[in-house]
Amino acid sequence: MLTLRALDRKLWRDMRRIWAQSLAIAMVLACGVAVLILSFGTLQNLTETRDAYYERNRFADIFAGATRVPDPIVREIARLPGVAQVEPRIADYVVLDMPGMVEPGMGRVISLPPDGALVLNIPLLRTGRLPDPLSADEVAVAQPFAEAHGLRPGDSFRAVMNGQMRELQVAGIVLSPEYIYTIGPASLFPDNRRFGVFWMSHTAAAAAFDLDGAFNDISLRLTPGADAAPVIAALDDMLDPYGGTGAHDRDRQMSHNFLKHELEQLEALAWIMPPIFFVVSAFLVNMVMGRLIALERQQIGLMKAVGYRTREISAHYLKMAAVIGVLGVLIGWAAGIWISDGMTELYAEFFHFPYLVSAPSTAAFAISGVLAVATVVVGAMRAVRGTVRLRPAVAMSPPEPPKFSRGLVDHLGTWLRLRQTTMMILRSITRWPGRAAVTFLGVATSVAVLVGSFFFFDAFDVMMDEMFTQSNRQQMTLNLTREQTLAAVEDATNLPGVLRVEGGYAVQVRLINGPRESLQSLQARPDDAELVRLLDRDSRPVPVSPSGLILPELLADDLGVQAGDVLAVEFLGGHRETHAVPVAQVARQSLGEAAYMRDTALFELLRVAPRVNQLNLLVDEAALPALYAQIKATPAISGVALWSEVRVQYQEMVDETLFTMIFIYTMLGVLIAVGVVYNAARIQLSERAHELASLRVLGFSRGEVSYVLVGEIMLLTLAGLPLGWLAGYGFAAMTSAGLSSEIVNIPLVVSKQTYAWAALVVFVSALGSVLLVRRRLDRVELVSALKQKE
Amino acid sequence: MERKAVFRTEGITKVYGTGPAAVHALRGVDLALYEGEMVVMLGASGSGKSTLLNILGALDTPTDGRVFFRDRELTRLSDAALTAFRRDHVGFVFQFYNLVPSLTARENVALVTEIARNPMRPEEALERAGLPDRMDHFPAELSGGEQQRVAIARAIAKRPEVLLCDEPTGALDSKTGVKVLEALVSINDELGTATALITHNVGIRKIAHRVIVLADGQVAEVTENDARVPPADVSW
Ligand SMILES: Nc1ncnc2c1ncn2[C@@H]1O[C@H](COP(=O)(O)OP(=O)(O)OP(=O)(O)O)[C@@H](O)[C@H]1O
Ligand SMILES: [Mg+2]
Repeated sequence: MLTLRALDRKLWRDMRRIWAQSLAIAMVLACGVAVLILSFGTLQNLTETRDAYYERNRFADIFAGATRVPDPIVREIARLPGVAQVEPRIADYVVLDMPGMVEPGMGRVISLPPDGALVLNIPLLRTGRLPDPLSADEVAVAQPFAEAHGLRPGDSFRAVMNGQMRELQVAGIVLSPEYIYTIGPASLFPDNRRFGVFWMSHTAAAAAFDLDGAFNDISLRLTPGADAAPVIAALDDMLDPYGGTGAHDRDRQMSHNFLKHELEQLEALAWIMPPIFFVVSAFLVNMVMGRLIALERQQIGLMKAVGYRTREISAHYLKMAAVIGVLGVLIGWAAGIWISDGMTELYAEFFHFPYLVSAPSTAAFAISGVLAVATVVVGAMRAVRGTVRLRPAVAMSPPEPPKFSRGLVDHLGTWLRLRQTTMMILRSITRWPGRAAVTFLGVATSVAVLVGSFFFFDAFDVMMDEMFTQSNRQQMTLNLTREQTLAAVEDATNLPGVLRVEGGYAVQVRLINGPRESLQSLQARPDDAELVRLLDRDSRPVPVSPSGLILPELLADDLGVQAGDVLAVEFLGGHRETHAVPVAQVARQSLGEAAYMRDTALFELLRVAPRVNQLNLLVDEAALPALYAQIKATPAISGVALWSEVRVQYQEMVDETLFTMIFIYTMLGVLIAVGVVYNAARIQLSERAHELASLRVLGFSRGEVSYVLVGEIMLLTLAGLPLGWLAGYGFAAMTSAGLSSEIVNIPLVVSKQTYAWAALVVFVSALGSVLLVRRRLDRVELVSALKQKE
Repeated sequence: MERKAVFRTEGITKVYGTGPAAVHALRGVDLALYEGEMVVMLGASGSGKSTLLNILGALDTPTDGRVFFRDRELTRLSDAALTAFRRDHVGFVFQFYNLVPSLTARENVALVTEIARNPMRPEEALERAGLPDRMDHFPAELSGGEQQRVAIARAIAKRPEVLLCDEPTGALDSKTGVKVLEALVSINDELGTATALITHNVGIRKIAHRVIVLADGQVAEVTENDARVPPADVSW
């Protein structure tokens, strides 16, 4: 049908008239839609891809490590009730000597079964082939590492295995469900240059690690519906005599754990952000439609008088809201697809899936579309209902002039000798508290969103300071192949350029408090540690208490203990003892959840001589190349964590990812402020055009008249700031709690600068929006404004 | 007696729109408004009365011709200067009052006295306009006649040299209209404010010193009124 009905023609003309306002609302709505598409879409994509990948490549359910388990134990493990499949392996860390890299790299070697029949955690071949089961030096390399070094089948690189520098041949490039997210020990982010995973034949691995007829790593798959806990307990018992370091499910598997947290964050984002935008848009639509309908009151009366039904008139106005809704949805979808693409690229950089589709799911589109349109229609409904129900005669007569009454404001005005223009502002706020509240709350929301995102800079600054200035002041940590006496500390002092050495000892423990338990690394710390220090809850370095456990706060919360409570500590990794140990201190720790004890107390408890399996070094920078060379040639060292490199990486990550993220959040916050303020100012102007023109007639200058318009909005903006700060702090608290995990503990710190910036950004956005509207004042022709008598 | 002109116009025209749809609202108007006089302007609807008054009060600019306020040519002034001109010299009264609904009667007057150079107190202006009580009422709480008297008080509070009134009694019944006219006449008598008053009520011409009749955008007739009568005696 080509001819529009008169009402629809009116709809389009009205929409043209208020296009800027509609667009402002649509943009706010679009933010909600885009975030929904992004988070739910990506969430669904990642979850589905991951699950399919896990299923197809048979990712295990239970994982355990040990020192040396004789092969026959495998059959016993396979007989455990609930166990479907078993994959025993040899897996260990090695030091790598990569061409073009002065510093040593680290690798994790994983053995392939002797018969070549992989059961679990099957690597996916990308190019080349898997290593020959009989070959001693062929390896399959994980793709991220291969890409970082430009390795291709036929290339070779060197590794220190069991004291020998070995030349390894690349046979193929693979991806593994165990290493979707690859992270080296003591690292924060994937560093594909310095850490790589590779697979080699069982014979070669057994020879390299002296594990003939034995294994040191096992993965299990459970029968469908089987309970993991009894299997874990049984496995622990069985591996205990062989130095078992504690069995665990997928949640303690690094790659799975990181991915899981990423997905949880996406989900949190989906639950927090879109509702904010939807609610704000609903209020804006309500405000704008309310104004439009007030203006058209007489027309509504007329329509009713000529026989339009209430339903038809309501539908007419709701259609306008729906048009805004559809506009917002379309913009949101487009933005959502666009950002999803970028997001998928970002994910592909950190998470290695065999494939990743970026197209968000249809369900995400459908849900976001329906929700968004429904929200604005509901917002409009409230505005429409009152007027369209009026009897035509009542509707056609002009509305009663707004009733003002004298009250508090007047006393205030008299007392402060306020100008009449200021009184106009104050009265308008008290006369239309609902509308003032929308502006006020909108501004507060946008400040809160900004505080809640700028806060990340503060948190990361604190974490940076805690991790690298207060706590880990060593340049590197060396992991030893096996535990050694304190003589190793002396020996290390003789390494090139070493200024200070502090020994450390780490042992796997299970911390148990009734039904709650946690598999952790327990670290022994000397009294005089200056490099690796502990921090109290206020991030200040504290001495290690002479006895008892020191727990990071998140772990203490998880276990439900405080200082003074007693925990059962089950020592793993060959110690096979359980002791009751009191919690001496609760500490602040941004990275990981390791527990601590004074070295003397730990060794006394275990009745063993002091020993070390870690060395923390402070080194003269100039001597680093010599030291690196020495490390590569020292068989006793199985791993290196370069803290100075971690710090650089960390800074880069903050610069790249965080800036992008905060830029996006800033845009979101600004959009809310602009959407709310622009609409509030337009409505003000429309309601007061007549009044403001009268002021001009009376001889008020443009500036003075603008003051009435700009003043009210900016007064509300200023009033909204403190609430925004408060809500922003709450938002930051929610985010820090929501994003903190056993991997990182994000501190809740909000600096004055963050509050100031958030306020400034919102203030400037609000001022910009209201000045944009103010320009219309100049265009108001005095004579015509006076003629339009509402 | 040499009469000094407050306003003087030279051949002003006003055309709304362009091309075939153009409306010639004024077609060359020459007239003067003298100190202290009360002029009533009459004319059929659409004859250009409001257009002329708006141009005099610098609410609008003519398409052609010149407007003088005393020695100053208004048609050459900037927007800011015109604002200052309105602020200092002219008072307006409209058919529909144009009060600020969020301010009380007293405050509506104070709105002007706060920015004027030599204003009277708002209370005095309201008394002169015949509204000594109800000063603290909001417009919505006042009758039409009362609102119009607030508008008059607001217009005279700055002691303007001219008062321009566009159908001030147009929306009022005769009894209320008389009160409003009485206020205007007494202000004209006591303060000597030159007053131009547009009306459709031919009877009101009797309160004026001079009557100007517009027809079709031109001055059709100017008559001196030798026998002024007080508003109360005007037959409505
Ligand atoms: N903004 C405008 N655009 C176009 N034409 C206009 C405009 N304002 C006035 N006119 C036209 O100019 C002519 C003069 O209008 P004006 O308002 O001065 O008449 P008036 O004498 O005051 O009439 P009334 O007694 O009805 O108030 C009319 O024909 C009117 O239609
Ligand atoms: Mg007129």
